[in-house]
Amino acid sequence: MSDATHREGSFFGRLGQIFSAGPAKPGDSFGAPGVGNSTTIAIASALGIFFLWWVTTTPALGPMVKPLFLPSPAEVWDKFVSVATEGYQDQTLAEHTFASVQRIFIAFVLAALFGIPIGMAMATNRVFRGFFDPPIEFYRPLPPLGYLPLTIIWFGIGETQKLVLLFLAMFAPMVLNTRAGVRSVAIEQIHAAYSLGASRAQVLWHVILKGAMPEILTGMRIGIGFGWTTLVAAELVATERGLGAMIMSASEFLVTSVVIMGIVVIGIIAYSFDLLMRWIERKVVPWKGRV
Amino acid sequence: MAQVKGRSTSKKAKSASIKSRKTAAPPKGGKAKSNGSGEELRAEAVTVVYPVKEGDDVHALEKVSLSISPGDFVVALGASGCGKTTFLNLLAGFIKPTEGRVTLGGRPVLGPGADRGVVFQKHALLPWLKVLQNVTFGLKMQGIPQGKRRDMARKYIDLVGLKDFEQKNIYELSGGMQQRVGLARALTSDPAALLMDEPLGALDALTRDNMQELILDVWRETHKAIFFITHSVEEALFLATKLIVMSPRPGRITHEYELDFCHRFFECRDARKVKSMPDFIKMREEIITIIRGDELEGGNIHV
Ligand SMILES: Nc1ncnc2c1ncn2[C@@H]1O[C@H](COP(=O)(O)OP(=O)(O)OP(=O)(O)O)[C@@H](O)[C@H]1O
Ligand SMILES: [Mg+2]
Repeated sequence: MSDATHREGSFFGRLGQIFSAGPAKPGDSFGAPGVGNSTTIAIASALGIFFLWWVTTTPALGPMVKPLFLPSPAEVWDKFVSVATEGYQDQTLAEHTFASVQRIFIAFVLAALFGIPIGMAMATNRVFRGFFDPPIEFYRPLPPLGYLPLTIIWFGIGETQKLVLLFLAMFAPMVLNTRAGVRSVAIEQIHAAYSLGASRAQVLWHVILKGAMPEILTGMRIGIGFGWTTLVAAELVATERGLGAMIMSASEFLVTSVVIMGIVVIGIIAYSFDLLMRWIERKVVPWKGRV
Repeated sequence: MAQVKGRSTSKKAKSASIKSRKTAAPPKGGKAKSNGSGEELRAEAVTVVYPVKEGDDVHALEKVSLSISPGDFVVALGASGCGKTTFLNLLAGFIKPTEGRVTLGGRPVLGPGADRGVVFQKHALLPWLKVLQNVTFGLKMQGIPQGKRRDMARKYIDLVGLKDFEQKNIYELSGGMQQRVGLARALTSDPAALLMDEPLGALDALTRDNMQELILDVWRETHKAIFFITHSVEEALFLATKLIVMSPRPGRITHEYELDFCHRFFECRDARKVKSMPDFIKMREEIITIIRGDELEGGNIHV
């Protein structure tokens, strides 16, 4: 029964077809995992979740969940409008958002500036590898909330401490992915470059860095994702400005609608950033996975 | 008529020495300067031993000597694992011999360089560069200005028939086209010697035949020293001015033949005719017998 043409009849055969496509369209390769478009399903899934939220919280239908735990979509929207126009804790939503995006962006640039060269150095030089491996591998699995107190003791409660925390969250994935990228460069390409008269530095720049580019971009994508994950922790103490700060103070006063609104805004911005990174990826490394 | 001179370094080779007409060297192209043209590539009693964690070390090559002069087309044949790739890596400078030495024009080879171009079995092109940029990559590394690079590359891009594909991405080309880009890339740096490791192994029969003729024409025009590895006996006989047959355990050259089938091709320009000449077929059978013997010894049945 393994013959593909005999699969259609049975129930399990039909079920199987959802998960295994037929022969590939021209331009695709057969058997590549997860080919095909999932946009429709994704939209349906998002709408489903939203509908569930609406049904369980809207008073007209007799809310199943108290607004303290989960306010209705309408309530959250009203809050969004009021915070956007009047502000929350003397700051408008735009100001909160700008403060957070600025922090993440600065930390991201710093992490890329240090993480990518250090990753390259570690991958291509045993001295650097030996030197940087222990500290990075030690702190990498620690949760940011774990070393948050230490960053406060060391850097105080000002802007620096927040940037340090975000930087640390983004730095490790960039280093690791850069290293993986360098390892993924085919040795034949390196040999070919040397045989064409390239120097060591030229090979590093024109072959290894370029060849590692797909993984480096993945590292940047993962890094910025980690940044957003760490945002609330970074804005936990001594700041009024920032989406994370807004969420934390709203939770203290049990203003659940602001908490949810803040979460949604962070989610939307983080997702937009990811889409942007993916777009950049397609532009910068169109050859990814095609050789 | 048969221009076959066999020199044997092993007892089982029969001396098929028939008086050999010294094949006239192909006409010299008026090459001005190249990355060391007119220089001889020599391996002098090179031994390569790969250390192995458990068991005996692998003697991939044992006291192998070979010299490749400009205008020589040396083809290496032999059972799988007899050290052909190891030998090429040695000539290219990717590895250094355990014993013996490799020289180019008398100077020891201390590493890879633009004077020895390499064509790989898998093309090893850079996918982030277009075809033209791949071909000019070596010139760029040597600091030649862009306009000049382009002019120098055009000739070889035309030669391998990729004129209309200069601005294409590598991943948009077929396997045979990619291989031709690899050849044009190696040629554009104008190396003294061209080293090729099964460059046509992945191609279909027809493309392969065309590429063989192409490589011969390029060789005749550029008068380079070529070292070429293949698994196809026919290809080896057709291309070589000097054919070496290698045997494994330890890797060594067991037979050497001076051949002139390529010159016969230049005379009649009919590859199929050359490949069906009686002495071509006779040579083919003789060499297949030798290699089959090696493969059988190694427990490798298919030839
Ligand atoms: N890096 C290495 N470490 C250890 N042994 C090696 C290494 N490379 C090659 N060898 C061994 O050296 C011998 C010669 O290998 P080589 O790749 O030169 O053979 P080859 O003639 O090119 O074979 P093929 O025709 O299959 O390409 C083989 O026995 C192989 O196992
Ligand atoms: Mg090989």
